[in-house]
Amino acid sequence: MNSVAARDQRSSFDVQAVRREFPVLQRLVHGKPLAYLDNGASAQRPNAVIDAVDDYERHHHANIHRGVHTLSQEATALYEGARDRLVRFINARSRHEVVFVRGTTEAINLVAQSFARPLLKTGDEVLITHLEHHANIVPWQIVCEQTGAKLRIVPMDSSGEVHVESVEALLGPRTRLFACAHVSNALGTVLPVRRLIAAAKARGIVTLIDGAQAVAHTAVDVQELGCDFYAFSGHKMFAPTGIGVLYGREALLERMPPWQGGGDMILTVSFEKTTYNALPYKFEAGTPNISGAIGLGAAVEFLRSLDLQAAHAHEHALLEHATRTLSGLEHLRIIGTASAKASLISFVVAGAHPHDLGTILDQDGIAIRTGHHCAMPVMDFFKVPATARASFAFYNTFEEIDRLAAAIARARAIFT
Amino acid sequence: MDIKDLYRDVILDHNRRPRNFGPLEPADVSVEGFNPLCGDRLTLRLRMADGKIADIRFDGQGCAISTASASLMTEAVKGLTRSQALALFDRVHRLLTDEAACPDDLGKLAALSGIREFPARVKCASLCWHTLASALHSTAAGALPAVSTE
Repeated sequence: MNSVAARDQRSSFDVQAVRREFPVLQRLVHGKPLAYLDNGASAQRPNAVIDAVDDYERHHHANIHRGVHTLSQEATALYEGARDRLVRFINARSRHEVVFVRGTTEAINLVAQSFARPLLKTGDEVLITHLEHHANIVPWQIVCEQTGAKLRIVPMDSSGEVHVESVEALLGPRTRLFACAHVSNALGTVLPVRRLIAAAKARGIVTLIDGAQAVAHTAVDVQELGCDFYAFSGHKMFAPTGIGVLYGREALLERMPPWQGGGDMILTVSFEKTTYNALPYKFEAGTPNISGAIGLGAAVEFLRSLDLQAAHAHEHALLEHATRTLSGLEHLRIIGTASAKASLISFVVAGAHPHDLGTILDQDGIAIRTGHHCAMPVMDFFKVPATARASFAFYNTFEEIDRLAAAIARARAIFT
Repeated sequence: MDIKDLYRDVILDHNRRPRNFGPLEPADVSVEGFNPLCGDRLTLRLRMADGKIADIRFDGQGCAISTASASLMTEAVKGLTRSQALALFDRVHRLLTDEAACPDDLGKLAALSGIREFPARVKCASLCWHTLASALHSTAAGALPAVSTE
């Protein structure tokens, strides 16, 4: 290959080649090619992930961290190998900082119960923003109820942005923890997390970032961000469901008591006293989701095999095209118009309820999400009961967005 | 499966111009129905006389299926006794979920039969009926529980 061809290949993102890696994208739905625009809810799996899980299930499955037999050692090596890949993926300092959990929700609950609960006293404050997913609201409500602490909410503006000054105004002497989304699942807003973390850190306040919607769309470097905790789910980054990661700064994880008790999280147990295992195993009680972790490791390798910069540029082009195309539709209102957005669009169409839209679009093979997106306070803020949401991955195409726009216009015609 | 089976003309018409929509003053009973999955919300108000539903109105917000279903329901149950209305609920419920159920003699409510091809939408159509059942039970028992289809 000459150098010009090589450069072309690097600089242009071959979406058709990537699509061939995802078997489900070849299928028909109601006789139409599937246009999968629900990646914010869950992304699809590439062959690399499916094959890695398949290979493990067929050839290597055994329980990990116990047993000297071959399969157990192979399974352990695959599971811990996946952890190593994740350490590199988010640039954690060591394997001690990467805890496998079921997903973002479990990660946040772990921090709420194991870090915040022992720390919080009556009158202390936990600060979150108005645009959070329920998974970054309810665990804090629970721990506030348990401890007498207060949950405070940073407002957003009418475009769905959260400003650094609004956060700074509420970071007070009683604030013990600040938690926010990296990217809003309901609006697409990319929060200025670096500056928010810096503002909290300057006041000695611990930070947790809900990265569920970010990891598939942007490079995440936890050391550069400077956060204390970062939580994300595998299935939104092309890995299986039921596996995710809690990144935590080692010094904090070290101080935290275990969250759940059981096997694998102990060193010695007697009826008088139990010695806990080292990090990260202290937080991984019981037999974990071994195949899920291996699938997640494979997803990381798959992502590393792509030109991620080009992939993200393609997603951004999709967002621009979708914003332009949907804005051109009469009676359609985009909900969430922040200046920095990830590749998703929430919208409402006058005269056509999101659920009716969702059903009609499905008949055209187009999968979108409809509902409150587990962000009811966001819906209340924009005074809508629900929205329709199209969320893109790098395997989506401009043509799929044109099909979406045409189907929305057809749907509206049914109701008027 | 055709989208027109779901959005039949009767349903589109009742969505565009819901009948018996708005407050009812005075009402004997007012019950709120909520589908947390999609955010559909409706308030049903009834006035009873001589053991019959003398008047019934609803308001709230929901998709076309839930709005049309509530509108059709209010038309269908006005004048029925409590047990007649509950029996009709049974028939409609079967219509929404059972392939073999026959829509004959259900009048305009027969338009709901296409919904069973779309299982994700059955809750939209049944929310108002569950709310009605709760309202009728509460007029009998005196309690006013909120209704949720989740």
